[in-house]
Amino acid sequence: MTRRRPAYTRYEVLRSFRNWRFGVLTLAFPLVLYLTVAGANGHVRFDGTPFRLYFMTAMATLGTIAAVVSGGAVIAADRAAGWTRQMRITPLKVGAYFRAKVFCGYLRALLTMVLLGLAGTALGVRLSAREWLTVVGLLLVGLVPFAVLGVMLGHLISSDAMAPSVGGIVTLFCLLGGVYGFQIAKSGPMFEVIKGLPSFWLAQAGKAVGGGGGWPAEAWIVLAAWTAALIPLAVLAYRRDTSRV
Amino acid sequence: MNANASPGGVVLSRLTKSYAAVRAVRSIDLAIAPGETVALLGPNGAGKTTTIDMVLGLTRPDSGTVSVFGRSPAQAVAAGIVGGMLQTGSLLDYLSVRELITMIASLYPRPLGVDEVLRLSGAAEFADRRTTRLSGGQVQRARFAAALVANPDLLILDEPTAALDVEGRREFWASMRAVAAQGKTVIFATHYLEEADAYADRIVLLARGQVVADGPSTEIKAKVGGRTIRATLPAADLAPLAALPGVISADRHGDAVILTCADSDAALRGLLSRFPAAHDIEVRGSGLEEAFLALTADADDNDNVHPAQQEVR
Repeated sequence: MTRRRPAYTRYEVLRSFRNWRFGVLTLAFPLVLYLTVAGANGHVRFDGTPFRLYFMTAMATLGTIAAVVSGGAVIAADRAAGWTRQMRITPLKVGAYFRAKVFCGYLRALLTMVLLGLAGTALGVRLSAREWLTVVGLLLVGLVPFAVLGVMLGHLISSDAMAPSVGGIVTLFCLLGGVYGFQIAKSGPMFEVIKGLPSFWLAQAGKAVGGGGGWPAEAWIVLAAWTAALIPLAVLAYRRDTSRV
Repeated sequence: MNANASPGGVVLSRLTKSYAAVRAVRSIDLAIAPGETVALLGPNGAGKTTTIDMVLGLTRPDSGTVSVFGRSPAQAVAAGIVGGMLQTGSLLDYLSVRELITMIASLYPRPLGVDEVLRLSGAAEFADRRTTRLSGGQVQRARFAAALVANPDLLILDEPTAALDVEGRREFWASMRAVAAQGKTVIFATHYLEEADAYADRIVLLARGQVVADGPSTEIKAKVGGRTIRATLPAADLAPLAALPGVISADRHGDAVILTCADSDAALRGLLSRFPAAHDIEVRGSGLEEAFLALTADADDNDNVHPAQQEVR
């Protein structure tokens, strides 16, 4: 029986990649922004890191957050189609359903990373294999709270509100986290708030290999705290949603 | 064929469920043997969908139990021995019908072949079309295929023909019959007496969350399929009218009398020969809801909600 489950995930992946609309936010937007902004500021240094490297990971942050948040948020569309009810009368476990959604989000996030990595290389970013792996690894871990956030959103919002909600939340996290290349505050209480955002640390992944500060223990704590706080909220949203039907 | 169908079939005992002030299901007892095709017949708000949702484990009963081949609904669903077509719901998008059915088949331990199911359900001709480009009838057939591919011992269909035209209905039931002939236990909900009569071995009549009649289709049809005769007949005595052959009861509405009949042909002949003054005569089939009201009139206690208004979802 378990042998058959990959077929289910395979079709979820197929659906995910056929839904091109999210590709605008997860691929096209960050890629175009990177090529134009970093292309025009090729040799600028930013907080001690080459801008083209910083901005590559920053745009990867934007695209990958959008990818994993929308991965879970599409549950809203399944709900609207009555499909989550239909799934509940099949042997598919709820956990397997969520895992398939998160897996789709991560696959699209990987595609975003690969394309931005290629774009970065084209603009002159040079990293060792170990450094590439570090950046990718940090991004993959940093996306965990956003994957949970996506599943939670999928149970909270209507399918009509899905695209604007994902767009709005991703933009907010990225803007406050300094992903677009400017920070609202660099010291004081506002900076402390910003440092409490997972998106801030995701954007720092480039600095971790670029010699500009990097990825301290504080980053792990922030990510773990967001994940730990979001999981019960997602469970609550799921329960509230399914108890009504 | 039904390796997992242990004796016992589907057993509901003292099942109740309320939503806020509405008692959707009030104490239903029902035993369905393996291989039976049973229609849950009743007007909107009778508790059909609530009952079905409890058998499928989608809704938790307030009290009472459901046993599906000796298991709880959740266990039966997890074991893949139940297939269901819910009342509402569309199909997953970004997939063709064939892909969708293959995806669902992958969830079950012993699914039917995808091609076989597409043929059985009549979905083969549009199997490679995207699910978003189907007509209403095609959607229903694809949803039927999704329930069938599970190769379930128990197939549950909640108003499966609600969105279909006459031709679509006929085709759908032909498919369903072919499936039932394979020895599956089938429970379907409908509010059409004709469908229940034509396609079920047994009809369970639900009204206001209770079983008001339960028996072979022919028996139930005789009970609720009666007709009424309405005739203008001023100042007639009701007692001899009620005593006419085929008449169950007689009522007066102003100048008109209304005869509720078991055999309207006999009643009409009797009426015309014994009461030649009767004119403006109408014979019509009594609606299902009226039949239910008649059947539940005595049994009813402290109910102040009309079943038609007692809509549960």
